[in-house]
Amino acid sequence: MHELAIAQSIVQLAEQNARENQAQEIEELELEIGSLAGVEIASLEFALQCAVKDTMLNNARIIRHDIRAEGRCGDCETRFFVDTLFSPCPRCGSYAVNILHGKELRIKSIIVK
Amino acid sequence: MCGTCGCSNHDHGHSHDHSHDHSHSHSHDHGDGTKITIEQDILQKNNLLAERNRGYFEAKNIYCLNLMSSPGAGKTALLEETIRRIKGKSSICVIEGDQQTNNDADRIAALEVEAFQVNTGTGCHLDAAMVNHAIKHLKPEEDSILFIENVGNLVCPAMFDLGEAKKVVIISPTEGDDKPLKYPYMFQEADVCIINKIDLVPYLNTDVNKLRENALKVNHHLELFDVSATTGAGMDAWCEWLLKKNNQ
Repeated sequence: MHELAIAQSIVQLAEQNARENQAQEIEELELEIGSLAGVEIASLEFALQCAVKDTMLNNARIIRHDIRAEGRCGDCETRFFVDTLFSPCPRCGSYAVNILHGKELRIKSIIVK
Repeated sequence: MCGTCGCSNHDHGHSHDHSHDHSHSHSHDHGDGTKITIEQDILQKNNLLAERNRGYFEAKNIYCLNLMSSPGAGKTALLEETIRRIKGKSSICVIEGDQQTNNDADRIAALEVEAFQVNTGTGCHLDAAMVNHAIKHLKPEEDSILFIENVGNLVCPAMFDLGEAKKVVIISPTEGDDKPLKYPYMFQEADVCIINKIDLVPYLNTDVNKLRENALKVNHHLELFDVSATTGAGMDAWCEWLLKKNNQ
């Protein structure tokens, strides 16, 4: 449900940057989304389709870079890919895992004209 | 791949450590259009406003807690019982978030505590702008405690920083012991986990030890409290923690 609020924030932020560069239209939007960002990709894509209507992003290509989350075990320091927020360390089994990245929710760039 | 900046339309699935929120936009021609590097967090607007709220709270020594749970876990009952116990010891005010009705603000106002109801309409969470608006009406006193009771929802409120000092997730054993695994984002974001309605445990199949274990699997930094807002069990320890934090 929060994906709509996120889609609206994407449109707002992209349009703001486009206007600051005196652009008329956004041709391409590049996003970076971590696998543990708490966003349902299908819902976000659907919400974006609605949110871009009648905005500078109306005809924009949307490119998404998915970032696979990594964590480090707080006990044995092993670094590993984490699939869930409760993935134990594959080496020692500890749940004291600190997420290094994978929570990104970022606009990387836009192409405007 | 673009020869100018190395970008690619097929660059999926990469990962890297690079992370920052500040803007360092640069632009250059990119075919027909001009590429503008943004590198900004999508929730930046909310996060900046949350930091403004946080700065206001810090300057006035207002201890702000964001209470979150599924509907019916007992947020308002816990708040009522907490207020009854600490009212004489600290100045308190409350922001109530619900989709509809003033019911919760009325319950708090009945305890002679200032409350401001935010109705989100169809919205599923409070955001920093709503809290900013609410504190302008409430004008919390210096050295006070501000409780924000978020919309009953164990998913969306986890995403939105409001400027609080601590996020508190409340869960009741009636929800089952695997709730933290089913809704891990909320438990990952929280600083404190209150298990409310602890008096109901003898009547349920829920294994409270497993519930605690599951919560700690998601977030090993969580501080846990077992309470019953109805019988008062565990409320002393929770209120003591609260008043200690407020005086720090």
